[in-house]
Amino acid sequence: MKHLLSTTVNGEQVQEAVSPRTSLADFLREDMGLTGTHLGCEMGACGACLVLMDGAPVHACLVLAVQAEGCTVETIEGLTETGAAADLQARFHDRNALQCGYCTNGMLMSAQALLAANPDPSRDEIRDALSGNYCRCTGYEAIVDAIAATASDRAGRSETKTEAAQ
Amino acid sequence: MTLHIGQSARRENARRHLAGRGRFVSDLTLPRMLHAVFVRSPMARGRILEIDTSEASACPGVVRIFTAPELNVRCTPWVGTLGHFAGMQSPPMNILAEEEVLWTGHPVAMILARSRAEAEDAAELVMLDIEDAEPVTDGAAALRPGAPLANPAARDNLCYEAVLETADVDAAFVGAAHVVETSMTFGRHTAVTLEPRAVIADFDASSGALTVHHGTQTPYQFQDVYARHFGLSEGKVRVIAPDVGGSFGMKLHVYNEEMGAVAASLILGRPVRYVADRLESFLSDIHARDHIVKGRMALDADGTILAMEVDDLTQVGAVSAYPRTSAAEGNQVIRLMGAPYRMPDYRGRLSVAFQNKVQTSQYRAVGHPIACAVTEALVERAAEATELDPFEIRARNLIADDAYPHVSATGYQFEKLSHQACLAKLHEMMDPEALRAEHASLRKQGIHRGFGIASFVEITNPGAAFYGVGGARISAQDGAVVRMMPSGDIHCAISVTEQGQGTETIIAQVVADQLGVTPERVSVTTGDTATTPSGGATWACRGAGIGGETALRAGRRLRDRILTLAGALVQADPASLRLENGAVVDGSGAARITLEEIGRIATYRPDTLPDGIDHSLTVAHHFAPTGYPFDFTNGIQGSLVEVDVETGLVRILKHWIVEDCGRIINPLLVDEQIRGGVVQGLGPAFFEECQYDADGQLTNGSLADYLVPMACEMPDIEIAHIETPTGDTILGAKGVGEAGTAAAGAAAMNAVNDALRPFGARLTQTPMTPLRILDALDAAREERTDP
Repeated sequence: MKHLLSTTVNGEQVQEAVSPRTSLADFLREDMGLTGTHLGCEMGACGACLVLMDGAPVHACLVLAVQAEGCTVETIEGLTETGAAADLQARFHDRNALQCGYCTNGMLMSAQALLAANPDPSRDEIRDALSGNYCRCTGYEAIVDAIAATASDRAGRSETKTEAAQ
Repeated sequence: MTLHIGQSARRENARRHLAGRGRFVSDLTLPRMLHAVFVRSPMARGRILEIDTSEASACPGVVRIFTAPELNVRCTPWVGTLGHFAGMQSPPMNILAEEEVLWTGHPVAMILARSRAEAEDAAELVMLDIEDAEPVTDGAAALRPGAPLANPAARDNLCYEAVLETADVDAAFVGAAHVVETSMTFGRHTAVTLEPRAVIADFDASSGALTVHHGTQTPYQFQDVYARHFGLSEGKVRVIAPDVGGSFGMKLHVYNEEMGAVAASLILGRPVRYVADRLESFLSDIHARDHIVKGRMALDADGTILAMEVDDLTQVGAVSAYPRTSAAEGNQVIRLMGAPYRMPDYRGRLSVAFQNKVQTSQYRAVGHPIACAVTEALVERAAEATELDPFEIRARNLIADDAYPHVSATGYQFEKLSHQACLAKLHEMMDPEALRAEHASLRKQGIHRGFGIASFVEITNPGAAFYGVGGARISAQDGAVVRMMPSGDIHCAISVTEQGQGTETIIAQVVADQLGVTPERVSVTTGDTATTPSGGATWACRGAGIGGETALRAGRRLRDRILTLAGALVQADPASLRLENGAVVDGSGAARITLEEIGRIATYRPDTLPDGIDHSLTVAHHFAPTGYPFDFTNGIQGSLVEVDVETGLVRILKHWIVEDCGRIINPLLVDEQIRGGVVQGLGPAFFEECQYDADGQLTNGSLADYLVPMACEMPDIEIAHIETPTGDTILGAKGVGEAGTAAAGAAAMNAVNDALRPFGARLTQTPMTPLRILDALDAAREERTDP
């Protein structure tokens, strides 16, 4: 028996019939065609499937699609379209903070959430914030560098704004 | 003009991934596609009595269930041996288990359904009746006379053995002032690529064409495998490897499941998709290492290494992997022992044993970490025996930078390496005297730190000596087609492949420099047998060295073609012209005609060209390495750790590496290859292990139980380079992908043992888990109190 799900995905109202057992990740990937959300372990350990649900990062493999009823869901595709993480994405590119690209979606989600909560993280705090994000390719240092650089860019911009306001 | 070779160009294709626009096989959906799920043996060894699929067949969405009699007939069995490994045996393997199950996870039935979930539902209803047999789980026991067979189709449990020795090795040990010894155990680990193995086989019965979307490093190898094993003509088989979510050697082997997807598609005439889940990855992706090594080293009174003797037992599963075998790892272990040192004599014995576990085979840095860890542990013990500093004993024994060419005691030919320069550079970066002083003062506060170093040699740019000579249809050459478009932009289709290491970026840099354009004007296509020329692709650190040289030579041929055409157009001697900044320039540097204009005339107004002039602005070139059989690289690594002697926990504080990969095409990408490689060496040194119980059950097959290195556990990694280009090619590049992995674990083990030295404790097993560290401390304590 399918359930009629009403949710908002990347700013678009969506109504879709889903099986109760369908995970949010499978719903996004298969029904919505949003394949930027990846599946690496399907048990909430690797972080490849992180999406923002009502603004907070969640493992789309551990959330059922029906749990997104009435929620707003943002995926990497949405984040790219709004430009909300454009500076972070640019720093990842500069620093080559990705190789195969399979973990990148989750890394960006964790980084975005970290920087929202802690605009000036230390390197250790960045590494801690990535403790649920597995990357097999990079060795992590470039990812830490890219997030640190973004934090410093954003601090610079907000200082400039504050100065302008004053 | 600025050359682009040597510049830290960013990867254009990284932008797609950052935007969530990667194109992985696991993302692909085709019309009428079926999902495959495998029913697997729950036990390591047994005989199949009955498989009852009747209830499963009635499940919603199930289209077909195959067992061996229906599926295996479509496929010729494969045998994982190589002709140059004399005496090697491996029984034939086919898709589904026929009578015997040989490891926990061995596929016995294949379910095709409209969705993966429906296939999984049905899989639970397949009834298996398997008569349990005692599994072979211990390689040493397996080689004793009368041991039960891991694979009843094999003669015995010895897959392969080899001995390598110099004439005077025994005399060297007899005459030695010091002999140091070690016994070491290296656990099994696995690649854990974040994207699991994924394949979609799509057979179109109307045209007889098979297209396989396959997350692999080696599309041409699979084109050949699929054609031969399924009786298709090669021209009807197309393999497409789009974005691949990590590979590291793991995705170039032939697996039962991929062959099953192809067979099922051939039978059903529909696309068949198989994507491993994480448990299946642990139960079917090749595992790596699994060695038990005894080693000893002979030295004279002043610490000069005279000889080494090693005995490596490696345990590989119930069949050898195809087509590269499961013996290549051990073969490289015994050949790389002592490689950085001026060691005249050597004996290496290799025994490769069958057992009822997942098969092991080539994974990043094949054999290197084992050879390096054993050699460097012995050098460390030699330093203790001779009371030499770790840097000093290496300085006395490393092959001198001016002593090349050099042939190692194991027969490897080194063109030119830079061990001494690397050692000096590492000394400068680490400042060991300052570290020693700091460690001494920290010890007084109960903080136990240590550092360790490890020199290494890495095999890169292999020619046909690797596999071709053994009869394997694995290409040692690569091909490129470079063409100038009507706009003057350049396109290069090349056989080396991209898994995120930056292949397409460096190829664009190399081609750009040959044609006087910026890399932004060079687009690169990889990973499709229908649109790129055939070649070996990316493995064994050959992408930059062999692929780069292929692109360079193809680019130069196109340059010559363009200059000839330009000479006719501007009425100048082509030899007086060159390409620069997107134009043809003369000796004075003045632009005579742009590439765009040449492209326009050659494409749209060939009628205006002089009669007979060749206006085809496409060239193809294939390149196979010549000269040395391999281009060896070298380097040295340093590790700094802190060991908590109460809990056994280790903090990895810092890692250093000095590396010489010859000509560096892109420093940014080289450094990231090194860092990723180091972490793939530190993972198995401290965390990663496929744990089996005595019944051959894998007990930690999930990402919650199998520990991979995470960001919070990994150190910052400081990198320096020495550049010794190979003279075998114009480009001079060697490989770099495996350098980090080769010696990171060896350096880390020496560092842990340095921290534990005052306690008399020593680690000889990887991973160096907290429990093993505490056990080593306990053993040392008992030895002190009860000598």
